[in-house]
Amino acid sequence: MADLTRDDILKLARLARISLTDDEVGEFATEFTEILKYVEQLNAVDTSGLEPTSQVTGLTNVTRADTVIDYGYAASKLLENVPSKQADLIKVKRMIG
Amino acid sequence: MAGAVAVKDRQWLPIAEIATQVNAGGLKAVDLVEQSLRTIADKAEYQAIIATLDDAARARAVAIDAQVAAGKSAGRLAGVPFIAKDNYLVFGADTTAASNILRGFQAPYQSTVINRLEAEGAICVAKANLDAFAHGGSTENSDFFTTKNPHDLTRVPGGSSGGSAAAVILDMAPFALGTDTGGSIRQPASFVGAVGFKPTYGTTSRSGVVAMASSTDVMGPLTRSVDDAALVYDVFAGPDLLDSTTIERDSAGYTDLAARDLHGVKIGVIKEYFEASLDAGVRSVIENGIAKLKAAGAEIIDVSLPSLPLALAVYYIVVPAEISSNLSRYDGQRYGYSNPDAKNLEDSYSGARGRGFGKEAKRRIMIGTYVLSSGYYDAYYKKAQTVRTKLVNEFAEAFTQVDFLVGPTAPTTAFKIGENTADPLQMYLADVMTVGPSLAGLTAIVVPTGLSDGLPVGMQLMAAQRADRALLELAKCAEELFV
Repeated sequence: MADLTRDDILKLARLARISLTDDEVGEFATEFTEILKYVEQLNAVDTSGLEPTSQVTGLTNVTRADTVIDYGYAASKLLENVPSKQADLIKVKRMIG
Repeated sequence: MAGAVAVKDRQWLPIAEIATQVNAGGLKAVDLVEQSLRTIADKAEYQAIIATLDDAARARAVAIDAQVAAGKSAGRLAGVPFIAKDNYLVFGADTTAASNILRGFQAPYQSTVINRLEAEGAICVAKANLDAFAHGGSTENSDFFTTKNPHDLTRVPGGSSGGSAAAVILDMAPFALGTDTGGSIRQPASFVGAVGFKPTYGTTSRSGVVAMASSTDVMGPLTRSVDDAALVYDVFAGPDLLDSTTIERDSAGYTDLAARDLHGVKIGVIKEYFEASLDAGVRSVIENGIAKLKAAGAEIIDVSLPSLPLALAVYYIVVPAEISSNLSRYDGQRYGYSNPDAKNLEDSYSGARGRGFGKEAKRRIMIGTYVLSSGYYDAYYKKAQTVRTKLVNEFAEAFTQVDFLVGPTAPTTAFKIGENTADPLQMYLADVMTVGPSLAGLTAIVVPTGLSDGLPVGMQLMAAQRADRALLELAKCAEELFV
C-alpha cells in the first residue's frame, strides 16, 4: 500500500466529521502509514474456507417483548445535558445554505 | 522507590467480612465511607481519582446504617465502599470517560452494574481516571492527567483502568470497577500488583457504560484477592434486558470457591507468549509461577496457538472500526462539548469532535473510518474478522487438550511515564498478550505472581468461555501458591 498523504487524511477527517489542526494532519499521515503497514501482515494469512466472526458467544436475534420499560427517569433529565435548546427542543445549526 | 507507599499489606478487611460486620452493627457504613474519602485525599498525589461523590456516598452510608439499625440486612456488600472507572454512568458526579468532550456530563441513568452493586449495599465513593474513552494502556491518554503507579511515582499504573488499579493498591476502597476491551483490567492489574478479572464476554451488562468496542467490551473488578473479585462479580454478573448480548450465569454462582486440588488439572503454557519480545525479569517471574503450579500437582503442557501473534493486528483493525461507530454519537448536539463558533451543522459536528476528542480518540476513529470505508472494507475489516475466526478456532482446539492456559499479562513491568507516548504503535504493543483472549471472548484473570526489580508482575490465567467459576478456583489456588 502506498503511504497516506495529507489529502487522504483530510478526506478521512471529513468522513469522520473531525476537524484537525495542520500539525495533526501531518502527524496522522505518518502514523497511519506505519499502523497500516503493521496490520497488513494479515494479508499473508490463508483464511480460505473461514467465515468472519463478529459475535463470539453464538447469540442470534435476541428479542424481547415490545413493551414500555420504566427506566426511572424523565425526558427532562435527558434535556439537562443538551448544549443548546429552545423550550423542550434540541436546537441545531441550519443544515442547508 | 522514594515516595512509594507501603502497598504490601491491605488496609481493608476481606469484602465479605466487611459486609458481615456492617450487617451485624460492628462496623458502620459511615465510618467506612470516611476512611475511603480520607485515604483518597491523603494519596491525592497519585492522581488516581477524577471526582469523589462525597454527598451521595455519605447519604447512602447513613441510609445503610439506618437499615441495619432497623434490624434489616443491608445486603451482601453492605457498606462496602468502591470506586468506579469514570466510564460507568453513576449518579452523584459527572461521567466524563476522562474526555474533554464529556466534561460536565451528568448521567441521566446508572449502569446496570452500579445498580446491582448498590442493591446489595455497596457505596460508590469516587470515579477513577482512565485513558480517555478507555483508549490506551497507561492513563497517559486521559484528557485530564496521568495516574502514577503506587510502587513508583515516575511510572504508569497501566491502563486503561489505571486509576481503578492504583486506587485498589492505594487502599482507597476495597474494590474498584474496570472495563476490559483488549486488556484494560488485566494489564494494569499486572502493573500494580492487583487481582484483575476479565469475565467471559456477555456475562456482564454493558448497559450504562461508555461503549468502546461492543464485541469485546467487558466489565470486571480490580481487587486485592480472588475471593473479593469473585464476590463482586457474583453480585453483578448475569443477563440484563438492557444489553441483548448478555448470557446466563453459572448455575453454581461464583462464590464459595472450592480449594482446588491441582492434581489432574492440565495447564497449557502458550509458547507464542514466550517467543515474543518478553522482558527477562517478567519471564523469570512467570516461569517461577508456572513451576509452583507444577509442584502443586498440575500437569504443565506446552501449547501452540500459531495465529496468536496476529491478534494485535486483528485487534487494531476490529476495535478502531467499532470505536468509529460507537463514538459517532458524540456530535455536540444532545450532550457534551459543543462548538460555539459553528456556522452550519457540519461545522458544529466537526468542531465539537475536533476540539472535544483527544488525539488518541481521533486516531482510532479515523483508522476505524478508513478500514470500514468503501474499497477497504474487505481488505482490512473483513479480513481481520476472518483471521479472528482462525484465532477463535485455535483457542477452542487448545481447550480440548488443556483445562486452562497461562502466560504473562504484558511484555514488561510498568514503564516510565512518557516512555511510549511518542510512538502509538509501540504503545499498542503493550496489549499484545491480552487482546487474543478478548477477541475470542474468553474468561481471563491476572493474579500477582512476583516482583521484577521491585515492580509487580501478574500471571494471566485463561479459560474457555463460561468457565469463569473454574478459572476463579484456579486463580484462588494460584494466589496462595504465589504468595
